[in-house]
Amino acid sequence: MTDLSASGMAAPNFAHPKSSLLQQTTLMKRRNASEARFKAYGLAAIGFSLLTLAIVLFTILTDGVSAFFQAKLNFPMELTAEVLDPKGNRLREEMTAVTTIGYSKVLVAAFTKELAAKGIVVDGQAQKEVDGLISKEAAGSLRAMVLANPQLVGTTIDASVLATGRIDGYVKGRVTMETAERDSNVTPAQLQLADKLREAGILTSPFNWAFITAPDASDQRPEAAGLGVAIIGSAYMMLLVLVMTVPVGVAASIYLEEFAPKNTWTDIVEVNISNLAAVPSIVFGILALALFINFAGLPNSSTIVGALALSLMTLPTIIIATRASIKAVPPSIRDAALGIGASKMQTIFHHVLPLAMPGILTGTILGLASALGETAPLLLIGMVAFVDNYPSAPVEGFMDPATALPVQVFGWASRSDPAFIERSSGAIIILLIFLVVMNVMAILLRRRFERRW
Amino acid sequence: MNDMRIVERTVDTQNTKISARNVQVHYGTSHAIKDLNVDILDKTVTAFIGPSGCGKSTFLRCLNRMNDTIPVCRVSGEIKLEGEDIYDKRVDPVQLRAKVGMVFQKPNPFPKSIYDNVTYGPKIHGLTKSKAELDEIVETSLKKAAIWNEVKDRLHSPGTGLSGGQQQRLCIARAIATSPEVLLMDEPCSALDPIATSQVEELIDELRSSFSVVIVTHSMQQAARVSQKTAFFHLGYMVEYGETGQIFTNPKDPRTESYISGRIG
Repeated sequence: MTDLSASGMAAPNFAHPKSSLLQQTTLMKRRNASEARFKAYGLAAIGFSLLTLAIVLFTILTDGVSAFFQAKLNFPMELTAEVLDPKGNRLREEMTAVTTIGYSKVLVAAFTKELAAKGIVVDGQAQKEVDGLISKEAAGSLRAMVLANPQLVGTTIDASVLATGRIDGYVKGRVTMETAERDSNVTPAQLQLADKLREAGILTSPFNWAFITAPDASDQRPEAAGLGVAIIGSAYMMLLVLVMTVPVGVAASIYLEEFAPKNTWTDIVEVNISNLAAVPSIVFGILALALFINFAGLPNSSTIVGALALSLMTLPTIIIATRASIKAVPPSIRDAALGIGASKMQTIFHHVLPLAMPGILTGTILGLASALGETAPLLLIGMVAFVDNYPSAPVEGFMDPATALPVQVFGWASRSDPAFIERSSGAIIILLIFLVVMNVMAILLRRRFERRW
Repeated sequence: MNDMRIVERTVDTQNTKISARNVQVHYGTSHAIKDLNVDILDKTVTAFIGPSGCGKSTFLRCLNRMNDTIPVCRVSGEIKLEGEDIYDKRVDPVQLRAKVGMVFQKPNPFPKSIYDNVTYGPKIHGLTKSKAELDEIVETSLKKAAIWNEVKDRLHSPGTGLSGGQQQRLCIARAIATSPEVLLMDEPCSALDPIATSQVEELIDELRSSFSVVIVTHSMQQAARVSQKTAFFHLGYMVEYGETGQIFTNPKDPRTESYISGRIG
């Protein structure tokens, strides 16, 4: 006896009108049409996002790949002893008396000699225009090289020195004869000379390792600017963020999920963790400035302060991801462990955490990836500063000033010389490579730890 | 009803293992178990039967304090295991659960190897550390659970790869590996097919020689087949408790009779 028949009601009669199965009814057509429409929307959305991604990647690659190549002038250079080591003792202490002016004389002399040897006529051009092809950075790096190895003095080396940013731009097609007419930094005559040098094989454009290893350079020397300090700074910060957030985040999640009593206080904590995840990152920068630099007195621009700011920012993300994956562990596993007399600790560490591990790792790495791309808080704690020296090795190195990849992108993009636009696209490529590596790691770790039940 | 046969089984002992007096259980505002009194005997299979939501599983979970994990659950009254109140403040439920093992409705092996599943209990209770003794525990437990022959060649493959019935027997092996004094089973066969069910039932009968077994079941036939004592629960009350044969053939309470004859439930 069903309730319906028991209550004495007649079964309502919603009879279908007679119709053939071979013919779609109007309603069926409408339902199918709306399904097709919905699929089309979804497909369009995915197509649009793929197109955007393709455009972004294309723009970055076309702008940025050239940053990995650099115009260089190659010629034999005699390191004349009379200029570089007037006392002739090959002692580093004595040789430091020679400034970059002395070295640039040697450079220019060797360059002029090579032009003459290759039969390149520089008629009607001021010597200054010819010298102007060599980057101002070249003398400094030559001096550093010689001071590091005084025995080089007196020998002839195969030098490969940086050309200026404009000549580099001409090789890459950014600078043309027309723009050179209006440019105070380069003349069309210099570009014609550059053409001759290319034919003679003096001017080449090899792969630019210095872009990855060298520190930043000043506004006038885009050709020398590199990402070395930024890469080290970012790597240090990721290391510190990992070490600081994972134990704290996982411990907090375990406590909240497994031990905390369910009351108003834990509700408040829970809501606020979600709120913190939504706080704009620049707020964490101000917090770090006030707390770690002004109050705790940690050094400006140091990776430790940057890492602390990024840790504060990443923690909520890690806690949310970890709690979600702890929650996703089936309660039957907990029951099983408790049922044979495991303590709460044992249940969590032997059974719950291993099962939650893939989720925790993914959350952590995604949190780290977002920290890696974070710029705003680092600007506020002074990491935007021009840093020319590599930070030393850990642990003291964490206190040294450094910069970070996204900050370097920001810094270069805001400089006036168009050569820096190319550099900042190049830096974005490096940043994206880091991110892809981290995401691949997340996937691999997930696979490695995933267990089915 | 052929399978309602009641096997002649004698109750071997009259020693009380667990005695419950005036037990009340509240879930928040709802009163799940009311004034429950029962004496569960040693080396006996005791079946709890009754319609859904009558409190039989709740009471079972009181016996090893698994209800402690539910924050809104409150238990009052007195439950004594061999004369010791298990709800005493000094009792650590973890220690209690080593003595009162449990098998759940859904087979829930750990996602580890069969070997690790069985040795987990003995390891955490510090029963033994030596490899040889652990091997022995694994063999005897799996043999007692009647699954040894099926898994002896793949002890190191994951326990989750077994079939449902095998998984449940593995869970029983895991529970008896810690040598408990009482084994609680919460509808252990509800996820199993008839063949696996009959294997588990045979096993329960064998386990009676070493433990006191308490089994919750929805199937009256199962209660009749495996138990010596049966308790009938209805709406939070324990309506009737007695010899299984008497409950099924000559129930004293009209509600028990209605349930057994299929008029309610």
